[in-house]
Amino acid sequence: MDACGTQAAAAAAGGEGTQRTLYPYVTGNSVIAMKYKDGVIMACDTGASYGSTLRYKSVERIKAVGKHSLIGGSGEFSDFQEILRYLDELTLSDHMWDDGNSLGPKEIHAYLTRVMYNRRNKFDPLWNSLVLGGVKKGPKGDEKYLGMVNMIGTHFEDNHLATGFGNHMAIPILRAEWREDMTFEEAIKLIEKCLLVLLYRDRSSINKFQIAKITTEGSTIYPPYALKTNWGFSAFENPSKGAVGTW
Amino acid sequence: MFRNQYDTDVTTWSPAGRLFQVEYAMEAVKQGSACVGLRSATHAVLAAANKSANELSSHQRKVFRVADHAGVALAGLTADGRVLSRFLRSECINHAFVYDAPLPVSRLALRLADKAQVCTQRSWKRPYGVGLLVAGLDESGAHLYYNCPSGNYFEYQAFAIGSRSQAAKTYLERRFEKFNDYTPDQLIRDALSAIKETLQGEKLTSSNCTISIVGRKDDGTVEPFSVIDAKRIQEIIDSMEAADEVPPADAPAESSSMQEGDDTGAAGADPAAPADAPAPMDI
Amino acid sequence: MSSIGTGYDLSVTTFSPDGRVFQVEYAGKAVDNSGTIVGIKCKDGIVLGVEKLITSKMILEGSNRRLHSVHRNSGLAVAGLAADGRQIVSRAKSEAANYEKVYGEPMPVKELADRVASYVHLCTLYWWLRPFGCGVILGGYDRDGPQLYMIEPSGLSYKYFGAALGKGRQAAKTEIEKLKLSELTCREGIVEVAKIIYGVHDEAKDKSFELELSWVCDESNRQHEKVPNDLLEQAKAAAQAALEEMDAD
Repeated sequence: MDACGTQAAAAAAGGEGTQRTLYPYVTGNSVIAMKYKDGVIMACDTGASYGSTLRYKSVERIKAVGKHSLIGGSGEFSDFQEILRYLDELTLSDHMWDDGNSLGPKEIHAYLTRVMYNRRNKFDPLWNSLVLGGVKKGPKGDEKYLGMVNMIGTHFEDNHLATGFGNHMAIPILRAEWREDMTFEEAIKLIEKCLLVLLYRDRSSINKFQIAKITTEGSTIYPPYALKTNWGFSAFENPSKGAVGTW
Repeated sequence: MFRNQYDTDVTTWSPAGRLFQVEYAMEAVKQGSACVGLRSATHAVLAAANKSANELSSHQRKVFRVADHAGVALAGLTADGRVLSRFLRSECINHAFVYDAPLPVSRLALRLADKAQVCTQRSWKRPYGVGLLVAGLDESGAHLYYNCPSGNYFEYQAFAIGSRSQAAKTYLERRFEKFNDYTPDQLIRDALSAIKETLQGEKLTSSNCTISIVGRKDDGTVEPFSVIDAKRIQEIIDSMEAADEVPPADAPAESSSMQEGDDTGAAGADPAAPADAPAPMDI
Repeated sequence: MSSIGTGYDLSVTTFSPDGRVFQVEYAGKAVDNSGTIVGIKCKDGIVLGVEKLITSKMILEGSNRRLHSVHRNSGLAVAGLAADGRQIVSRAKSEAANYEKVYGEPMPVKELADRVASYVHLCTLYWWLRPFGCGVILGGYDRDGPQLYMIEPSGLSYKYFGAALGKGRQAAKTEIEKLKLSELTCREGIVEVAKIIYGVHDEAKDKSFELELSWVCDESNRQHEKVPNDLLEQAKAAAQAALEEMDAD
């Protein structure tokens, strides 16, 4: 019997154990989000890569969840779709009670945190970084919420967030320029600045972006659009100049 | 006794479409000492009359905290009540673990009611012999529910259960329309007055009643469910009695019906009723 | 009643010599004594209406609901024991959710009615259970258009143009038969249902009631939802007016 055969037989007998997800297949890259004056704004590109191949050019990675929340997902795309199915079921049953109570962004984020951490503890993670933003009326007025959770269940809230490469490239910009009282226009401008940096530096990003916002009025996901680029920067002309040891 | 062929098994329907075992279980609620609940838009108050079984024993606990935002008062089989309040606590904790938020009161009452219903449909079970007043707070404000052994549950502005609760109900029915705008203090006073109605002339003191409150303060923070301490209750009772001695001209002291025979609960059934009467569980 | 005292009516697993299962019939009695529920199929959707009897004036409006959503585009009205009804509702919810998870599209109403009926029927098969003391009217909208089913405690389920259960079912059915359902829109239908419920309500026996109305129709975007408050109030007013007109005659 060959090696494969013995392994399969052993697995069938329950001896070898099972193999879990070891790596993602189709992935989406950074999601950027931040609070602004009226709510939360979120953005990402519409690409999804199969390994390092840019395989899909118009997938939506930002979705509305219930009435008060938006979710943005980076990482394994099919896992993200599965998570959307969970949330769909959750918000539907919540809606059907029709009792004046509804899950807000904080509750959805907590739920996702439980799901992600639980799956990681089964060594069968959902390979994503998720961003959850929203606004909901609370006892102390409108409450903005922005949080994220990753594939190992690490979770936190912040005024501005970025997943993936964005965590390295966009966060420094956001830390320097973000303000609590930004208007929608200012927020768009800052988000676009981050997206452009990522477009230049993240080889898996594409020039087709989607922006979404959520306010007390509800969520709006805008149609995809492209940004104006300029590849004539002197640093781009000879990128390895002065960098010893690179090619 | 009212024995007939159809009243010994939960899974047997009577020819008139009644479930006698369930109706008998609802009788058990009337045997317990009285509990009263009432609520405003922001606060809910639960009150109970403490009755000890004999002079040497303490009374059974009547009021249980379920979570910071909810609690119950119960009448009937306290042992069943403890099982159910433990169930409620674990439901609240599980919800808080998953959603990092309190379980809405309506859904808490619903889960309790669904649990109670199951016991009315399995031959190896018996219905719970306890009625619960569930009070709590959620995003739509304060709520008060009455859960009964049949698995039915109702939302009330104010309600009373247990022995001689009719007197308390009569008291509340005269006043409940104003409760929505009451301050917490006014709620407590009316709860005490309602409990007093059930005591059949016995003097109301801080030792024969338990009062608890949950609500949202004006600044939006939660006032967690808690039993109010006896000293404060006694102060309120004393101040009420002082006020009673000089009754205001526009509020003539009404004598309420206290006779036990008058005690027909809304959801309760009279087992002596003719077999062809409409099923009381239906209402 | 000939069944009483024969011993053939004590268990749901006992047939009487003439082939009847009395326990199921007795369970049906609980439905017959309940507040009336009505469902009609209009040309653009389904309207469900409930006469919810109120036992205490301290009960709040909207409490003890008898109309429930089962999925996005189907809903259920309960006559009989409300607590039993909730078990059926939660089963229907999980069937509908499970179907959508597996097949990726909303459950057809026929399929849902079949599954719910099987569940109700299941409780008539074992001595250790009792039949549900409630009947339900299920309304939904799928690719074949709006549909209406009624499921009885026996597990029997039929498709209807109009159905009624509870105390006033006979009178309600007579009234439904007078309607031109194929020409009626749901907007007109809610007024008719309100009129029927107000009409069959027996003021002498039952003190007060609350009218519950829901619909699944094109106007509600094929979603099952409570009839919007303004329309509900209009329907109530129209029913009240019709009632007074009848009294005046």
